Amino acid sequence: MTLIDTRQPPEQASRKVADYKPSLLQSEEHGLCPGCGEPVAIRVVLEVIEELGLAQNNIAVLGHGCYGGFIMLLDVDSTLCLHGRAPATATGIKRMRPDTAVWTLQGDGDMVNEGLAEILHATARGENITCILLNNGVFGDTGGQMTAASVIGQRTKNSIDGRTADDHGYPIAIAELVASLQGSAYVARCSVHNAASIAQTRRCVRKAFQRQTEGQGLSLVEILTMCPTGWFVAPEAGTDYLMESLGKTYPLGEIKDRAAAPAATAE
Amino acid sequence: MSLTLFEGSEAIAEAAIAAGLRFYAGYPMSPATELLEHLARKLPASGGTCINAATEIEGVNMAMGAAAAGFRAATGSCGQGLALMQEAIAESALNETPLVVFNMARNQQDYFQATRGGGWGDYRTIALAPKDLPEAVELTQLAFHLADLYRVPVIVLGDNLLARTQVSVDVGRRDFGPLPPKDWQLDGTSGGSGKSRQIWTWGAGKHNTPGPGPSVHWARIAEKFDRIAETEMRWEEGFVEDAETVVVAFGTGGKFVEHVVHDLRGQGHRIGFFRPVTLWPFPGEALERATANARRVLVFELNAGQMIDDVRLNVRDRRIVRPIGGVSFDSSGLNLGPLMDATVIRQRILDTLEGATL
Amino acid sequence: MRTVTRGTLVIAEDRCKGCELCIAACPPNVLTMSRTGNRLGYLYPELKPGCTGCTACQQVCPDFVFEVFKFEDPVLFDTPPEGARPCP
Repeated sequence: MTLIDTRQPPEQASRKVADYKPSLLQSEEHGLCPGCGEPVAIRVVLEVIEELGLAQNNIAVLGHGCYGGFIMLLDVDSTLCLHGRAPATATGIKRMRPDTAVWTLQGDGDMVNEGLAEILHATARGENITCILLNNGVFGDTGGQMTAASVIGQRTKNSIDGRTADDHGYPIAIAELVASLQGSAYVARCSVHNAASIAQTRRCVRKAFQRQTEGQGLSLVEILTMCPTGWFVAPEAGTDYLMESLGKTYPLGEIKDRAAAPAATAE
Repeated sequence: MSLTLFEGSEAIAEAAIAAGLRFYAGYPMSPATELLEHLARKLPASGGTCINAATEIEGVNMAMGAAAAGFRAATGSCGQGLALMQEAIAESALNETPLVVFNMARNQQDYFQATRGGGWGDYRTIALAPKDLPEAVELTQLAFHLADLYRVPVIVLGDNLLARTQVSVDVGRRDFGPLPPKDWQLDGTSGGSGKSRQIWTWGAGKHNTPGPGPSVHWARIAEKFDRIAETEMRWEEGFVEDAETVVVAFGTGGKFVEHVVHDLRGQGHRIGFFRPVTLWPFPGEALERATANARRVLVFELNAGQMIDDVRLNVRDRRIVRPIGGVSFDSSGLNLGPLMDATVIRQRILDTLEGATL
Repeated sequence: MRTVTRGTLVIAEDRCKGCELCIAACPPNVLTMSRTGNRLGYLYPELKPGCTGCTACQQVCPDFVFEVFKFEDPVLFDTPPEGARPCP
């Protein structure tokens, strides 16, 4: 079997069409697990920020989770705030710097558990921020415990036989909840389990930031991400498991887009 | 120096705005509600932002965001509300975000909360306790200065009397001297520069610009608080040189004790008063000097005994320290109680002097 | 048999954690896992002729292991393709 030498760029005339990492990442080295979906989602967000010309005009507010490690890698003005409080911290930043793109990066444990009040009230107030939710249905950073977004039947370290409604109650579909509040301008749920879904995530993240720039109100992009470690599955099996588990409870798609509604005033 | 008659909360709101307050988030809770109401009206009019937070936790974290962006920010409530804010107050100390927190308390039971704090980690909070409104408008502006100077949380500890009494005060801007530039603030412009900024309690920095990491970072912050402890102590004392009795009190209690001591001094009692203005850093050496010749140190505070711990820590002979305060509320449980009364204080002091010759 | 190859990769083998997401994502199915481990002990992807430079691997990779190139002119490699799927 002939193998191509992939240790250095080709001699043949060629052009590079994709870099290892987005330029807004200071290094490719991170400690997240094999097959984790979070770096994939983060790449998309950073590429969209650069593509929209916001690289020198954005501030990131990170919550606590596996993605928190990216506080050391994002080449963006950023803070790692308190668990669950990112939408509040981002509100304070955005109110003071209304012309700067302000975005939060949280996991389901951070947003749907610890910070449920914060995301809902920031939405209700129509804060002009873009919230990125990496939803893998577990507290990954602590080894895979159940969150308010864990789906029925999902095995986690503290629902080892699978989440049941009787014992653990029902999962919270945060995107629909946020969409139901008038202050949200754009809400979408995407995934990163294959190239097509990643492309769709890119489109949704782009719209979310555009709605912020247009001052329409809060934008939320919930991105389902693989967590093989927390799901007790092999890394390569994470993508299929995602659609069989989270994907069944959390339908993908654009849930709300105020800008798409007939514009009240046509300039 | 132009004096204007204000309700306490309104004067404090004016003073904060004069100091450059640009963001306030608050949650109603008596007697801190009026401060929020005044700021809700005055702050937007001065170009700032005031948000009715959904919870005290949301409010303090919004203020942390505004401060991280480089703007003077504050939040406030009373002791119960500050209890919810403790994690964020510790965070402010440990990720070096300047934050001013107003505690318009219902009593004096929040001394420990203000000086020991309920957050996590090795941190302190500068705590300023005005005795009256003229001092409160001064300390309000000082709070913002100290918060920016050291990048720390600063608590202004008032009470219902301060918040709701009308007094003529000058709320003009005070200048406490130069401050370092906020080269750490998040303004969003250094993205992609390879040297973007970071605010993070772990202080580990980024791949391109590594920080010292948690152990060194937190040790440095502890050293900073040690430096603050040496340089930022403030207190007021009177008649202590030949005082056999020194009465120690803070805040409104200090105002009442000062009045009573003047009165007793006039009747020939060798009595003095000592009032910490900074509850932290506690003016320990000054207290030790002021009580060097005292035969008794009386501590008047409207709680079950909190500042008395710091007094005992700093007098040469802790056996001469005696509490003359106590828990004291009005019937609503929201306000200072009947103990905050000059006549009562005077009698309690005299009771300790019986048998003592004039 | 000659295989038309429109692109190629640079693979940072030592950063790979062996999750194999790129293998399934590659439309022309020209990525296979190595038989020997990298410095972390993980198997890593190797490239066979037939790459189109579509960047699917780079997109799905959680560890930023791929740089993708497109040749100005297709390059022919004399090997049989082992089955391929249409481009995305």
